[in-house]
Amino acid sequence: MSTTDGPTLIPDDSSAQEIADREAKMRRRKGWFPGLSDKWNALPRQTQWLFLIIVVVIAYLLPILNPPLITTEPGNNWQIALAQMSVYALIAVGLNVVVGYAGLLDLGYVAFFALGSYTSAMFTSPDSPYVHIPYLWTLPLAMAVAMFFGVVLGVPTLRLRGDYLAIVTLGFGEIVRILATIIPAMKGQVGFQNVGHPPGTDSAGQTIFQNSNGTPWYWLTLSIIIVVLLAAGNLERSRVGRAWIAIREDEDAAEIMGVPTFKYKVWAFAIGASVGGLSGALFAGQVGFVNNQKFDIATSILFVAAVVMGGTGNKVGAILGGALVAYIPLRFTAIAEFKYLIFGAALVIIMIFRPGGLLPARQSLLAYGRLAYNKLRGINGDIPASGKVVLQSGKGADK
Amino acid sequence: MSEAIEPDIDVEALKEQGVDLEVAEKVAPERDIVTKVGEALVQVQNLTIKFGGLTALDNVSFDINRGEILGLIGPNGAGKTTCFNAMTGVYKPTSGKVLLEGQLLNGLPQHRITRRGLARTFQNIRLFGEMTALENVVVGLDARHRTSVGGALLRLPTHVREEKTAIERGMALLEFVGIADHAHFLSRHLPYGYQRRLEIARALATDPKVLCLDEPAAGFNPAEKEELMALIRTIRDDGYTVLLIEHDMKLVMGVTDRIVVLEFGKKIADAVPKIIRDDPKVISAYLGEPEDDLA
Repeated sequence: MSTTDGPTLIPDDSSAQEIADREAKMRRRKGWFPGLSDKWNALPRQTQWLFLIIVVVIAYLLPILNPPLITTEPGNNWQIALAQMSVYALIAVGLNVVVGYAGLLDLGYVAFFALGSYTSAMFTSPDSPYVHIPYLWTLPLAMAVAMFFGVVLGVPTLRLRGDYLAIVTLGFGEIVRILATIIPAMKGQVGFQNVGHPPGTDSAGQTIFQNSNGTPWYWLTLSIIIVVLLAAGNLERSRVGRAWIAIREDEDAAEIMGVPTFKYKVWAFAIGASVGGLSGALFAGQVGFVNNQKFDIATSILFVAAVVMGGTGNKVGAILGGALVAYIPLRFTAIAEFKYLIFGAALVIIMIFRPGGLLPARQSLLAYGRLAYNKLRGINGDIPASGKVVLQSGKGADK
Repeated sequence: MSEAIEPDIDVEALKEQGVDLEVAEKVAPERDIVTKVGEALVQVQNLTIKFGGLTALDNVSFDINRGEILGLIGPNGAGKTTCFNAMTGVYKPTSGKVLLEGQLLNGLPQHRITRRGLARTFQNIRLFGEMTALENVVVGLDARHRTSVGGALLRLPTHVREEKTAIERGMALLEFVGIADHAHFLSRHLPYGYQRRLEIARALATDPKVLCLDEPAAGFNPAEKEELMALIRTIRDDGYTVLLIEHDMKLVMGVTDRIVVLEFGKKIADAVPKIIRDDPKVISAYLGEPEDDLA
């Protein structure tokens, strides 16, 4: 609250105008796509669904369309690039629950990704001496294992806040990688080859899910992303989502308002970890090979960069960020060597000009928010004589 | 929520203040309180808090009776907020007890204390800035909801019902404090006075047995203070019990039923406003002792 805002208690025209002005100023500050989210929210529900269906159909058609200019060929196979982008997008969606919603800076998220990969590899690869189970069963198993370790890590560390939590999670990320190196059963750099894949053969008798064919993997991951998005949306517009945002905004106040903060922080960690594990298992299946080289801290930071770049707290933004982080080095192979330099510079630029990320959309936290806004229109409709007319014009754009 | 108006809502008083009875009914406390009106709802017994060598609260005891507005006053640094924080679980008392309806609150986590029925506002406003006014209130309402991750993921009937009633009650609460037409604004964009009111609405949303207000009129001009006091009176008439911290004596005199005065962490008076006004100890606490022994 700045000093110029001053105390105003009695509602009158000027205060209403003042709020409308302030909201408008905030909208202007958003930059590149002014009012995009406002316009989106103003659309009727059916139109929104129609748009979403079109977007989803285009997304599913991407590997077949192979759009020129956008495509990563000839440098990299476009279908495999898409499969990797989708895995990164899924990671970003999962990490967004932890970083974006609950505001817990997790720098060791790669650990859960690694746990998922190893779970998938150790239960399906012929290199592993253990029990073998069908690949698809390793997906829920990877989620469960990652979730378990998420809780194990979360319970002692989530009493820490901010920077301290970041440091501990950073350590956890390293621990998993180093364990993979020194525990003989995890086979260090040798790793596991021929990780399993989902069953099925096409009409020619060829396996559908081949490592060299990205399309089925992309479709599988995309479908999983859609399910995870729906689940995340359900959580967001519920007591759970509100608890997370409240914790992010002011943890002490949340606790005093009756939010069991510790419980919901552990939940955020566990849910984020399970999505990380899931994406790890998908990654292992698609690449077909898992060793200790892919799970370093730099990758972990890259995940955080994906979320921040896309728009912290916005699940659609996270998908965009994740896909971009995977896409850019594949598309511009000439600069792939410098990807950390480029992402670093890009992050700095985004933070200066667009601190909310590429798609800074606010979460809607009420399952029946529209009900309330209709009610609100009713209230304002009842008293048209007062200064609320000014307000309503501002409000129309807001919804 | 269409039950008959509970007997402890003062319908006549509400009518007199021009409050929409329908709204007042929706906002009124929903839970059963065993304690009868006029009996001690909260008992603070021999509460002592020490920070290192400093005794912030020294053996303070008082009761909050159901249905009253109790003022907790004292000069700056007298221990009012410390007392508040000890009651709501922010500080652990060095010794002494806080009882709500005979049940011990000491040592409970803060969110449990809130759910037991002790809600508070903050001296420096602490809203969830990135949430709309309505969402802020619904966070308060969530204190009494049961849905967790499973219910929300699968959209179980409990979740759906809770979400729907939350909108109803949330809007009623906002209307009750007079900011319903700003329900969809981000709380950090609201003017100062609205933010204060939103804090009260959010605390009321937790359906408290006792509502604790920590200097709710800080930063207000006299006219605004007057409006706020009217709101506090309305809250009481709607069936709530209020503990009010304020150091503006004049203000407290007008609205409270009883006043507890603290000075240097000690209770120096506990009586109705009329008696407090003429209490020499209170006067000297506020105006200073005549320093004749120094002369």
